[in-house]
Amino acid sequence: MNRFALPIALFALLVVVLAIGIKHSPDKGVIASPLIDKPAPQFSLPSLADATRTVSTTTLRGRWYLLNVWGSWCGTCREEHRMLLEVRRSGLVPLVGLDWKDDDAQARSWLAQLGDPYEVVAVDHDGRTAIDWGVYAAPESFLVNPQGIVVYKCMGELTPEVWEKEILPRLQKRQAATS
Amino acid sequence: MLPELGHFALILALLLAALQAFFGIGGAMLGRERWIAAVTPAVAGQFVMIATAVGCLVASFVGNDFSVLYVAENSNSALPLFYRVTALWGAHEGSLLLWILLLAAWTVAVSIGAARLPPRFAARVLGVLGVISLGFLLFTLATSNPFHRLDPAAPDGRDLNPILQDPALAVHPPILYTGYVGFAVAFAFACAAMLEGRLDQTWARWTRPWTTAAWGFLTCGIALGSFWAYYELGWGGFWFWDPVENASFMPWLVGTALIHSLAVTDKRGLFKSWTLLLAILAFSMSMLGTFLVRSGVLVSVHSFAADPARGIFILAFLVVMIGGALSLYTWRAPLLKSTAGFELGARESFLLFNNVLLVIAAATVFAGTLAPLISDALKLGTVSVGPPYFNPVFMLSMLPLLTLLSVGIHSNWKRGRLKDKQRTLLYTLVAAAVLACGVVFGIYSHGRMLTPVGATLALWIVLASLVDPIDRWRRGLSLSRAVVGMTVAHLGLALAALALTTVQSFTIEKDVALAPGASTSAGGYEFRFDGVRPLEGPNYDAVGATISVTRNGAPVTVLKPEKRHYWVQGNDKTVTNIEMHRGANILVALGDDLGAGRWSVRIQIRPLVSFIWLAALVMAIGGALAASDRRYRTARAPEAVSAGVATGDATP
Repeated sequence: MNRFALPIALFALLVVVLAIGIKHSPDKGVIASPLIDKPAPQFSLPSLADATRTVSTTTLRGRWYLLNVWGSWCGTCREEHRMLLEVRRSGLVPLVGLDWKDDDAQARSWLAQLGDPYEVVAVDHDGRTAIDWGVYAAPESFLVNPQGIVVYKCMGELTPEVWEKEILPRLQKRQAATS
Repeated sequence: MLPELGHFALILALLLAALQAFFGIGGAMLGRERWIAAVTPAVAGQFVMIATAVGCLVASFVGNDFSVLYVAENSNSALPLFYRVTALWGAHEGSLLLWILLLAAWTVAVSIGAARLPPRFAARVLGVLGVISLGFLLFTLATSNPFHRLDPAAPDGRDLNPILQDPALAVHPPILYTGYVGFAVAFAFACAAMLEGRLDQTWARWTRPWTTAAWGFLTCGIALGSFWAYYELGWGGFWFWDPVENASFMPWLVGTALIHSLAVTDKRGLFKSWTLLLAILAFSMSMLGTFLVRSGVLVSVHSFAADPARGIFILAFLVVMIGGALSLYTWRAPLLKSTAGFELGARESFLLFNNVLLVIAAATVFAGTLAPLISDALKLGTVSVGPPYFNPVFMLSMLPLLTLLSVGIHSNWKRGRLKDKQRTLLYTLVAAAVLACGVVFGIYSHGRMLTPVGATLALWIVLASLVDPIDRWRRGLSLSRAVVGMTVAHLGLALAALALTTVQSFTIEKDVALAPGASTSAGGYEFRFDGVRPLEGPNYDAVGATISVTRNGAPVTVLKPEKRHYWVQGNDKTVTNIEMHRGANILVALGDDLGAGRWSVRIQIRPLVSFIWLAALVMAIGGALAASDRRYRTARAPEAVSAGVATGDATP
């Protein structure tokens, strides 16, 4: 071992630290939302299926729901869609869509083509509601409990891992509490 | 059609980069002249392909083709044309494409300049650059393809992030990246020298102008970024020690050390292995910066594209490039022997101090930037490292650096005969101290302990730097561009030190709530709030305030800060208004609507703050002068011939 090997030894150490850093980095987005354990921001928006009806946080009160922010313009939402249909099939938690800055006709044809996983979809044309919820980029999903408190936020695609590791345990806790 | 063409061009560029790397390194190793002859056409072809790809993406932006995902996410039909073009580097994928384009441009420049170098050596340099390009092209195509289509196409785009809709930030990334990427040239020269075993000082001579040029761009790029943060983020700070800022500052510090160490290696044949290491480090810092920004391991205001998969790819690439270069170093550096000694007090020893201090400074910034990551990896909890750490620690290495600079420029190579210069040094120091105290206590009449120290050191550099050039000029002797460039760059540094000292000591900040017609005073100025009015821009609406500034009853200026709301992204943006008066910047930013016509208003008076960015420009001009010195152009030809004959060790 000569002294000229010192730089590469230090570099190897750095690589280890960076590799650990990458492994940990997905958790960071979770901590980032200031909404966790806070009341979900209120909204009252027209429904996508029928613009004369409204979807509002007050009517959603009293039960668990998963608010999913999406848009027909969003590529990742398309990839996420199959997972959302699985969630619907499982019947474990109702999905509430927030159609973000989208064209209504396009959004409807998207749901007609790919299948509709949502119980109801609220239309957020100007994006104000998404701002209230601190939406950074679609897709994002928020798990809200019957008291209207946000218990979990998933930034980006809702993957099977997130569903199993983050959302299912929280839903199971709810069942343990009620039974 | 265009996006597919661009995608295809990028794939062709990847193939050409592979050829360039293979023929360059392989041809030089095996001595195949026909392989070597194929390198330059591959370089040119690669540039054309990458330029085509960039052109296609720009065309998609300009033509509002929202069937391209990247365009849909970063542009909008209401976005002005200028920003539709600069939106190209508004996010991750396009930034990478820009990075690659600039690397290709540097490579073309090197291949033109390399006509004067021994062909095998030039082939190796271009081959190493090919490997770098190959890695980044692979990264782009595999994880960050900007040509992804959206089906069905979006009706309109999501718009460019409003804080990026600004002239300074629009041109900041290309200039910064030109600097970043430019260090790849020094890296390639060092690797080529190690591969070939040509470890005499000729490689240092060839590398110098490239390194200085890259450094100049990096200096300008960092300054532009800081200037943007100052007026655009709305809170008037010019440096936040944010991980992304540090990522650009670390290569700058190491690059500055490299410039000085290359001078010693070139002129005296000393520090050879150290210079090699710095050349590797400077570009490694650039790549590490890319990793930190793009992988999402550090949470930062800039990390708009965090993705672990990308992080893993870049990390693997770092291991190949930096690990490869450092392995070469471990293997080759022990063969180097210094051929001459020097006395303490000789110029070599001052440049050694310069290097040590700059590297320490870079290391402290590095440690502070990575501390949150390390603490996280060791499960010590979340820490955040900010200005309370960076400011004092950074100053600890900068104050000695500034002090030694004034003495060092009067030292001679090899011998420590500083005695002859004792008088000059003493006189200039006394003059600087008197002037500094006069300014600090005369004009501002207060200050912290370090204020007169910083001002004295800065002014000492100014006076000490000018003594010799003025003397030579008066005696009618010629001054080389290299010397003029060095002096100008040092004056730039002194200006920066002076401005930073003043800003840190005498800034006045005030946050107030004002009703229409009410006024407040700060720093001898009177600010009257005349209320707000609605405004409308191409893709936003806004409220604009009018604030009249007076001094002792005499009008100074009328400031009109705005608060904008961008329709598509729904973001708010604060637009400050800044006026220069008596060398100080008067900045006013509009805060929140407090109801009943009252608004919160932030007022800042920062003396000499503009001189920080001016100083960076002066430094860059110094770099440009030094890089264009005649000796790099004319002295090269005969030397290349002699170096080609005498392979291996060449002693002066």
